[in-house]
Amino acid sequence: MLEIRNLNARVEGADILRNLSLSIKPGEVHAIMGPNGSGKSTLGNVLTGRPGYEVTSGEVLFNGKDLLSQEIEERAREGLFLAFQYPVEIPGVTNMEFLKASVDARRKHLGLPDLSSFDFMKLARETSKRVSLDAAFLKRGVNEGFSGGEKKRNEIMQMMLLEPSLCILDETDSGLDIDALQVVAGGVNAMRDDKRSFIIVTHYQRLLDYIVPDHVHVLAGGRIVKSGGKELALELEAKGYSWLEDEVA
Amino acid sequence: MTEQVEGLIRKEYAAGFHTSIESDTLKPGLDEEVIRFISAKKEEPEWMLEWRLKAFRAWQEMEEPTWAHVHYPNIDFQALSYYSAPKSMADKPKSLDEVDPELLEMYAKLGIPLHEQEALAGVAVDAVIDSVSVVTTYRAKLEEAGVIFCPISEAVHRFPELVKKYLGTVVPQKDNFYAALNSAVFSDGSFVYIPKGTRCPMELSTYFRINEMNTGQFERTLIIADEGSYVSYLEGCTAPMRDENQLHAAVVELVALDDAQIKYSTVQNWYPGDKEGKGGIYNFVTKRGICHRNARISWTQVETGSAVTWKYPSCILKGDNSVGEFYSVALTNNFQQADTGTKMIHIGKNTRSTIVAKGISAGRSQSAYRGLVRINAGAEGARNYTQCDSLLIGDRCGAHTFPYIESKNSTAQIEHEATTSKVSDDQLFLCQQRGLDAEKAVSMIVNGFCREVFKELPMEFAVEAGKLLEVSLEGSVG
Repeated sequence: MLEIRNLNARVEGADILRNLSLSIKPGEVHAIMGPNGSGKSTLGNVLTGRPGYEVTSGEVLFNGKDLLSQEIEERAREGLFLAFQYPVEIPGVTNMEFLKASVDARRKHLGLPDLSSFDFMKLARETSKRVSLDAAFLKRGVNEGFSGGEKKRNEIMQMMLLEPSLCILDETDSGLDIDALQVVAGGVNAMRDDKRSFIIVTHYQRLLDYIVPDHVHVLAGGRIVKSGGKELALELEAKGYSWLEDEVA
Repeated sequence: MTEQVEGLIRKEYAAGFHTSIESDTLKPGLDEEVIRFISAKKEEPEWMLEWRLKAFRAWQEMEEPTWAHVHYPNIDFQALSYYSAPKSMADKPKSLDEVDPELLEMYAKLGIPLHEQEALAGVAVDAVIDSVSVVTTYRAKLEEAGVIFCPISEAVHRFPELVKKYLGTVVPQKDNFYAALNSAVFSDGSFVYIPKGTRCPMELSTYFRINEMNTGQFERTLIIADEGSYVSYLEGCTAPMRDENQLHAAVVELVALDDAQIKYSTVQNWYPGDKEGKGGIYNFVTKRGICHRNARISWTQVETGSAVTWKYPSCILKGDNSVGEFYSVALTNNFQQADTGTKMIHIGKNTRSTIVAKGISAGRSQSAYRGLVRINAGAEGARNYTQCDSLLIGDRCGAHTFPYIESKNSTAQIEHEATTSKVSDDQLFLCQQRGLDAEKAVSMIVNGFCREVFKELPMEFAVEAGKLLEVSLEGSVG
């Protein structure tokens, strides 16, 4: 599904990712944990092609194809999805219009016909219900005036509608109350199957109580310093990150 | 992102073709003889000639205004030709069948096939190419309702009393430099009269297009909505691509008598010049309406064209409880410059005005909003709400706001809100991460920004306006 080999990337002249390698198979859930500034969010941004993130060396294969040479939108249409830590507002562009355009772009890429407006609206309403967002949100501007929790649920709704093959959740749990956290986790769990993979980037173990990962990786200083099963997250919760950083140093 | 944005702005001007119709063009220059020539060509009565000459004499004493936030080389008014009419018009067509097929084809290229419009849209079009109204459709049906919709040159002959009574009452001959010039040399334009208590049975539409090289186009439009009547008027404009700059100095006067309502919508797509800023239309237009008691005038405009724009559709709210509205989207790209806005003059009691102005700047363009809200001493309880938003695309363009507020009545309520924002990298990235390409994303963001104005446009115009923005922005990212 995803094969990252010796990836090096820099942001504003500073090396952030150093020789990072990671392999993700279909259906797996990988948690990426680590202290602030360890490069956790950078990984998602580099994979999705965000401007300002410069890959200096290494390669990434997504579904067997070279990912890094693809445009941002091509990667998205191929099934790569990033749930943003801080979703931006797009005033005046309704959520419905935005979602329809996104889904149309993805379906076109997959060679599927456009959904009719009627079918899409039906689907969108059902999906908003699954993330406990009132259907009225579909008529509002994208994230316009949404609370933090509403924005995150909106991200999950987009993920459900786009049905990506690899979902990256970038600290989706930050700033969420327990109810919203359960909605987000419920959304992810409902989408888990033997084909779809997830990268859950988080600072805290809390989210992993609800989304149980197959693998946990600890990122420090731009590289993976420790990998393990779900029990590694608990260990981190108990001991913090500093012992690992010491170990690396 | 800047480079990416740069690319999106580039797109060939889709309406930039020149139709080779034999024209009857006056050689360049302007003096009283030229005005007598124009008046004689139109077989005008003496009073009309005198009216023009009075304007011309005033104009000679006036100076070109320089206060607008635009820069362009001096215009040599003696180098322009002030009259041009397609030759085949010498014997005017009585119906569409008699119209030069090449003209009709040109309209078709512009997307306004008259035949089809007659059948489908129910829109009566008074199409103006250069100076002479080519054909007026649907006139019979309108006449049945008592509505007069004809070229103003014809109205001078057929309805002299109405023309005499209202022409120049909203925009006087000496109002400003360009209005005086227009009053002296205006070639043609539309005349509309809606009788008392009549709701105009269809939307009226005029398509302006400048075809001839080196001709200024000076239309004069006069719309009179008698007591309790309603009319919606659509105006669309295009011009072929030329390396030279062309001058367009129109005057539009609206008169809304007691309880009447006029909705005036413009989609302006004059040739904006090329990517290096060469050529394009100088659009120096005076548009103003007067509202009597309980009357309402709404100006809605979507402007994507012209090299230089100087335009302030305004409302004089003379009657008590009258309402003035101004909804505007002005998009500038490449080297375009726009200084546009409105004036709301509150004279009557409880008069209300709303201004929503959206400016979008891309490339190296400069866009300015200039607005005046004046509350006179007698305007008890007057209210104004102004919202002025600027959107910047890239980092080499500029947006400026010059709001003037004058209140002489302490009971007045005036609100002014202004924002400036950019199409941010984050917005663009969100859209692309969801699978949209950059052009589609920018177009969607810009359309969202304009939503409040687009919803004021008649339906078919709103679609056209959205498309026009998309075309005008193509190439600004990529």
